[in-house]
Amino acid sequence: MWWKILLFLVMSAVIVTGFITEAPQKQIGEASRIFYFHIPQAWLCVVAFAMSAFYSARFLKNRKLIDDDYALDTARLGFIFCLLATITGSIFAKVTWGAFWNWDPRQTSIFILLLIYGAFFALRSAVEDEDRRATLSAVYSIFAFVTVPFLIFVVPRMVTSLHPTDSVIDENLKFTMGVQVRSIFFSSLAAFSVLYFWMLSLTMRLNRLKRKQMTGTD
Amino acid sequence: MPASNAGLTNKVLAVYVKDLRLELRSRYGLNAIFMFGISSLTVISFSVGQAALSTKVLSALYWIVVFFSAMSAMAQVFVREEESGTAMALRLTTEPNAVYLGKLFFNLSLLVVLVAVITPLFFIFTDAPAEGIVNFLLVMILGVLDLCAATTLIAAIIARASVKGALFAVLSFPILLPVLIVLVSATDKVWAGSSLGEVSKLLQFLLAYVVIMVTASLMLFKFVWED
Repeated sequence: MWWKILLFLVMSAVIVTGFITEAPQKQIGEASRIFYFHIPQAWLCVVAFAMSAFYSARFLKNRKLIDDDYALDTARLGFIFCLLATITGSIFAKVTWGAFWNWDPRQTSIFILLLIYGAFFALRSAVEDEDRRATLSAVYSIFAFVTVPFLIFVVPRMVTSLHPTDSVIDENLKFTMGVQVRSIFFSSLAAFSVLYFWMLSLTMRLNRLKRKQMTGTD
Repeated sequence: MPASNAGLTNKVLAVYVKDLRLELRSRYGLNAIFMFGISSLTVISFSVGQAALSTKVLSALYWIVVFFSAMSAMAQVFVREEESGTAMALRLTTEPNAVYLGKLFFNLSLLVVLVAVITPLFFIFTDAPAEGIVNFLLVMILGVLDLCAATTLIAAIIARASVKGALFAVLSFPILLPVLIVLVSATDKVWAGSSLGEVSKLLQFLLAYVVIMVTASLMLFKFVWED
């Protein structure tokens, strides 16, 4: 119970301090405050995807349908965070670059992630048999996850991008944030992550109970 | 172990030859892929053939034709096995890796034949620059490898799904989009007169993608196949 109160306090503190302190990036100014919320969302979008691939791999190893439920749970949450990151990102793009969408490499990457999630759900709806659906979507989820490093690390560095990176890491991959910015950012990152794992554990518990009800055992 | 390696090579070859023979008997895949490719080329030629297009637009058009033509026939290699009920026999007689590699090489052949026909026609119908043709061929070969490496496993997946229709393109597109973006940009640069050194980063990307896709497919294929 205590950690839920703590989470509430940290999240509130992040929102308040994110707006009253100095903007994290001088050149971009006020709009750069989105940094505190947009990056944790994008981060969780990838974490949720990795978790989905993890549960998919566990399903292929142990053949327990509950792992397939978990893979779907985390994919659904990941899709929500992915949508949020896309929307907040395009608002930022409108403010700083003048258009909601202009196929910046980062926008392309997140759009492909959205498509992968969409394809994952489309595949699930196309297979009726439960075991086969679990197997096929697990394989697809892992196969698609293999391409993610290309999307996140390779493509944005191959094509020139307007997306700011210097606010987090500079060219030598060193952190360049001030102490204040850093503490707000990492509090936000931690709070968002806890929120994700909390939501995930709730849906996972729900699925465990459903399975129990269906079979009478685990 | 040379003995088992020779065994695998023979099995891959057996699967490949079987699919090739079937294809030559029915010519379903070839017909579909050619008709699709030539129809879309004709549309392009009718609508923009006379206009002077930038290499950027031309390279995009070229890869759109190749991508969607490939989508029209590449799934057939697995769908055919499921529909004619021969998948079980193949499953009993051959190991999964041999099946995957045999089908991969078959799809590769299909796509090589497609680009061998489409590319000259594309150069005739549009004013794509013929300079730097060797560099373009290199990009094209890598692109064909990428398309096959990424789609063969997806073909195996959708052959097992109950709805097949549009699912193949839906599942393949997100996996192939990074490749298509890089292919279009590399083709554009090559046609605009860049040397290989200038596009080496893009070529490395394409090559790395092939290696990763084939490795992941080899690891995952047995789960799809033996389910």
